Amino acid sequence: MDFNENFILGCSAIGAGLAVIAGIGPGVGQGIAAGHAAAAVGRNPGARSDITTTMLLGQAVAETTGLYGLAVAILLLFVKPLLW
Amino acid sequence: MVFYLEERMVRNMRFSALLSSGSDIDIMVHGLLKYHFFGHEVWLTTTHVSLLIIVAVLVIFSVAAGRTMKKASEVPTGFQNVVELIVEKLDHMVDGVMGKNARKYYNYIGMVFIFLLLSNISGLMGLRPPTADYGVTLPLGVLTFLMIHFNEVRYHKMKEIWRDKCSPLPPWLPIWLPINIISDIAVPLSLSLRLFANVLSGTIIMALIYGLLGWIATIWPAALHVYFDLFSGAIQSFVFCMLTMTYVSNAIGDGE
Repeated sequence: MDFNENFILGCSAIGAGLAVIAGIGPGVGQGIAAGHAAAAVGRNPGARSDITTTMLLGQAVAETTGLYGLAVAILLLFVKPLLW
Repeated sequence: MVFYLEERMVRNMRFSALLSSGSDIDIMVHGLLKYHFFGHEVWLTTTHVSLLIIVAVLVIFSVAAGRTMKKASEVPTGFQNVVELIVEKLDHMVDGVMGKNARKYYNYIGMVFIFLLLSNISGLMGLRPPTADYGVTLPLGVLTFLMIHFNEVRYHKMKEIWRDKCSPLPPWLPIWLPINIISDIAVPLSLSLRLFANVLSGTIIMALIYGLLGWIATIWPAALHVYFDLFSGAIQSFVFCMLTMTYVSNAIGDGE
């Protein structure tokens, strides 16, 4: 079967869309972290700044897996490795 | 056949370097100057230019700061206030994580933090953020990697490092060695990819909004700039420095 450039481009676009589904996981994780941080501030309002710092750090680390999906999608859309 | 493939590759590379396939969307990577380097076609892009601008601003700022601190007065006024505030905040951040090892890392962490903050925010001033280019973030990640392992070798005996690398199993059974080595290599990659992808996603979203919405995108994208450039940029530079400090102080352990 013969695949031309447009077919490969279309498949890359579908693949990019599928890759960005990776964003679901970090979304759930960041939500859980924020919820627990809110509960912690409720229990101990004095430690508010420490809790916020820890929460943001953890969320930024959890975000990484979603960003890997984003990087794959960007590579598929712009660098077009399948067309080389 | 080979020649044909190479020509197509070059064409594709050009398009990918411009990152815009002939539409109105402008992701702000433009080739400015083409030159040949060992037979490869290399472009000077807007990333280089904005990097140079940022470095020039930092150099001017630090020279001015140095001149003010030379003739510093007991009661700070004006510019001396600003410099002391910045240095104090950065030193406090390093102190909080590294404890007794903090003294040696004030300079490096402070430098990296100011540089990353300015580069991430530079999207507000119409520059292309240099950190939206993997060539800028990967060297920073590699520097962190080198610092981690330099400190590991310096503060621990070879035996301890070997035991640590085979850690869940006893040292005479190095089955986990490859996995531990892979997780060591993943550290600089994840550090640099996190920073790069965060800033790049902000840049792309802003470019999509400005490119696709046209005149509808007046005034209100300022709110998005506050999130993507200011908030996200500050958080990411903070996270990069925090993780670097955590990894390095883990590598030092309670050595000495």
